[in-house]
Amino acid sequence: MCTDCGCAPDAQHDHHHSHDDGSMRTLRIEENLLAKNDRLAAANRTHFAAHGLLTLNLVSSPGSGKTTLLERTLRDLSGRIGFAVLEGDQQTSNDADRIAATGVPAHQINTGAGCHLDAHMVGHGVEHFDLDATDILLIENVGNLVCPAAFDLGEDAKVAVLSVTEGEDKPVKYPQMFRAASLMIINKIDLLPYLDFDVEKCRTYALQVNPGLEIIELSCRSGAGLDVWYAWLEKALAQKRVGR
Amino acid sequence: MHELGITQSLVEIAERAASEQGAQRVLTLTVEIGELAGVVPDAVAFCFEACVHGTLLEGSQLLIRSIPGRAHCAGCATEVAVEPMTIACPACGSFALERRQGEELRLLELEIE
Repeated sequence: MCTDCGCAPDAQHDHHHSHDDGSMRTLRIEENLLAKNDRLAAANRTHFAAHGLLTLNLVSSPGSGKTTLLERTLRDLSGRIGFAVLEGDQQTSNDADRIAATGVPAHQINTGAGCHLDAHMVGHGVEHFDLDATDILLIENVGNLVCPAAFDLGEDAKVAVLSVTEGEDKPVKYPQMFRAASLMIINKIDLLPYLDFDVEKCRTYALQVNPGLEIIELSCRSGAGLDVWYAWLEKALAQKRVGR
Repeated sequence: MHELGITQSLVEIAERAASEQGAQRVLTLTVEIGELAGVVPDAVAFCFEACVHGTLLEGSQLLIRSIPGRAHCAGCATEVAVEPMTIACPACGSFALERRQGEELRLLELEIE
């Protein structure tokens, strides 16, 4: 039984259907339907802050290269920064297996029919990690640019990954997600010579939707731009620690 | 289909409130869904049928109130009507829109007996 969320199955309620007295009443409720998730996300945020964790929620379409970006990042940085990775997918532990092969603690969350991670899954997911030995918690959300935008996980920032094999107009097609993100990574830029993807147009669209959005272009294959991403991570981590 | 999770949460909130009041059943639920909330009302109504089975809400009527999107435009200093995919002010073309209304997602009231 979880003390935060009471997630044990509820006891059966009595279910009488006698309508003899017919005493009809109206109850004012005015409760936000995402209130439970928001409450659990706030509890996660407090928990993560107590451990001085920087937490990032990585969101994108399927196939944008999130897992490869994480693998590369972990291989390059895990010698000096403590990472832990939560992997969200409908099915399989393939991604967590790939992350675990880098030597970094990883845990797979399978959402089954679900299209997004929620704060409850993440709260239990981190029980698999030693948070005192962790500096940065990376959460790879289910590949989906729609649903994960509505669900706060308790992260410090959302990082949207967009690869150049997709359309440059993704930010205006899925404005909710790009509006919620703090950083957009334009991935696979080594493929630009073979594609019609217009990077400037993509930047313009993204900034129209979210004028405060930071943008980094990189390639995990060639290594171009990775130094900018690593500097962004280190700066965010330093800011988090100052804020403690 | 994040509407399923949202509908489950709606049923959970309504059932808790109704049973706290000793209700024997819920007759109607009034829900506010803003047009900018990223939630499809028809999908909620569809999921609702499946989620209420075996609860105090079984057989109840779901009333969905749609709230139109409104934003304040810093470009022309007016409040304008916006749709979910609107990124520029329909009046002046500025991108400096701050959403003021339309992101609601709330259970307003229950009729119980």
